[in-house]
Amino acid sequence: MIPSVPRSRLFDGLYLAYLVAFFIYLALPLLVTAVFAFNDAPFPSLPWQGFTLDWYLADGEQGRTGLFHDDGLLSALWVSVQVAFWVTLVSVALGCFNAVLFERLQFRGKELLYIVMLLPLVIPGVILGVSILVFYSGMANSVSMQWQIELDLFRPGLPLVVMGQVAFITTLSTLVIAARLRKFDRQLEEAALNLGATPIVAWFTVTLPWLLPAIGGAAAMAFLMSFENFNTTVMLTGSDTPLTVALFNRLREGSTPVLNAVALLLMVASAVLALLAMGRSRPGH
Amino acid sequence: MTPGAGRLSLALLLTPFLLWIVLLVLLPHAEMLRVSFQVRESWDTLDWGLTQYRNFFEEAYYWRTFLRTGLMSLFTTALTLLVAFPIAWYIARLARGRSRGVLFLACLVPFWASELVRTYGWMILLRESGVFSALLQGVGLADGPVEMLYNDAAVIIGLVYNGLLFMVVPLVTTLDGLDENLVEAGYDLGGGHLTVLREVVVPWAMPGIVSGSIVVFMLTLGSYLTPILMGGKDSAWFTQQIFTQFITRFNWEQGAALGVLLLVLSSLMVWLGLKLTGQSLRKVMG
Repeated sequence: MIPSVPRSRLFDGLYLAYLVAFFIYLALPLLVTAVFAFNDAPFPSLPWQGFTLDWYLADGEQGRTGLFHDDGLLSALWVSVQVAFWVTLVSVALGCFNAVLFERLQFRGKELLYIVMLLPLVIPGVILGVSILVFYSGMANSVSMQWQIELDLFRPGLPLVVMGQVAFITTLSTLVIAARLRKFDRQLEEAALNLGATPIVAWFTVTLPWLLPAIGGAAAMAFLMSFENFNTTVMLTGSDTPLTVALFNRLREGSTPVLNAVALLLMVASAVLALLAMGRSRPGH
Repeated sequence: MTPGAGRLSLALLLTPFLLWIVLLVLLPHAEMLRVSFQVRESWDTLDWGLTQYRNFFEEAYYWRTFLRTGLMSLFTTALTLLVAFPIAWYIARLARGRSRGVLFLACLVPFWASELVRTYGWMILLRESGVFSALLQGVGLADGPVEMLYNDAAVIIGLVYNGLLFMVVPLVTTLDGLDENLVEAGYDLGGGHLTVLREVVVPWAMPGIVSGSIVVFMLTLGSYLTPILMGGKDSAWFTQQIFTQFITRFNWEQGAALGVLLLVLSSLMVWLGLKLTGQSLRKVMG
């Protein structure tokens, strides 16, 4: 607080009320989603009918199929995990290369390339998906027409989903890793070189350990972003649908508490992942 | 390092970067641009032309949705800024110690859930059989179910909710660095609350305001789930039309043209935002 600035009690009261209202607004949608995952009713709405774990555990015999017996949702979950794994691997590896490129090397056109590197952040996700669909699927179509060779890799499906997500998640992981590399004390590396280490050895024993928290943070972020992505994914998905797309299709048919059960599971899992990443990266800062 | 080794490491590091940016970003967008100028004469003959763009301007449905999407995104961005600023001010300047960290974390939490989950939560609250409707009937303020979903206000509530984090974080970061002496000096020199806000606080926070607004505008313009799930029959969103052309009608040429138009609009707004406030993309995003 700035002591010398005059304020009225009314203003303070209103400000406080606004803060409370804001945080209620923030919490409310997530709270009701979580609560209705346990309501003993076939439809997620009031009145409260009692607590049940059916929406997780029911095996379909009483007309209810819980999440853990819902093969469609479980296989969609598995698809999402696979996609997120590959996206994390590729985008974090690219992020490391890019970070070193932009933080350590001097070359002509660096400023321009840096701006180009940032571009995926200002392209709407739907457009990223569409452009990759047009380019790769179009290519697969032409190749098939001209030479009768089927490039199934480039048809809508999981490889395209991974490519579409890598296109923009790489920019984010680059920024996270580059921010950490910028804070690195170059003298540590020079000391290693003076003590007789080769540049490669110095990199792996001094610089890389310093970067590890940022790499972990970037990996957690990439995994979450991939898992939750819808806009790019929906344009590129084939017959195997990732979880967000499967949930969207279910939601259009009508909502059941199973969707709440999935939503709560996702919230808890991503909160745990995010807290782990934040806890890991904090001591280093 | 010797010049040879330097050139080698440059080549080694430049290769993955170029592969990523050229194969996944630049070439696909160039191809989308090319396809948008292709006209399908029959099933296997193509020609160059502006048919798709002419369709856009001649069919009111297209350009009205385009305009509507742009205007509603602008409105959402402004509203998000207004909603987020007092919160960011409180977190950055007034909260102390633990409460500061807790409040900041509270702003992050909703974004660990995906957009789909957040939208679903709003649907449960707002729809005819939803929580608000039941509560209103419970306290006797309404006689029957009240439908609050499927209108523009609902869409804007959802969109602001989705954008908040991306506004709060850059605002907190810039407001954090504001020197209290500047604010005090403003008051000492006779400025009122509004004058100090306009002459001292807002100019200082400008990089945060610009970067937050750009990200929120972009996200809103390109959003798909929230307007589709929360909007009414008449509240079409432009991304929906792109989706329809590609996935439902298989009209890639028209879809590509609509995609190019959306990209042009979003780039134009980002560029304008940067120019009008004298910021650079590097400073705002990097």
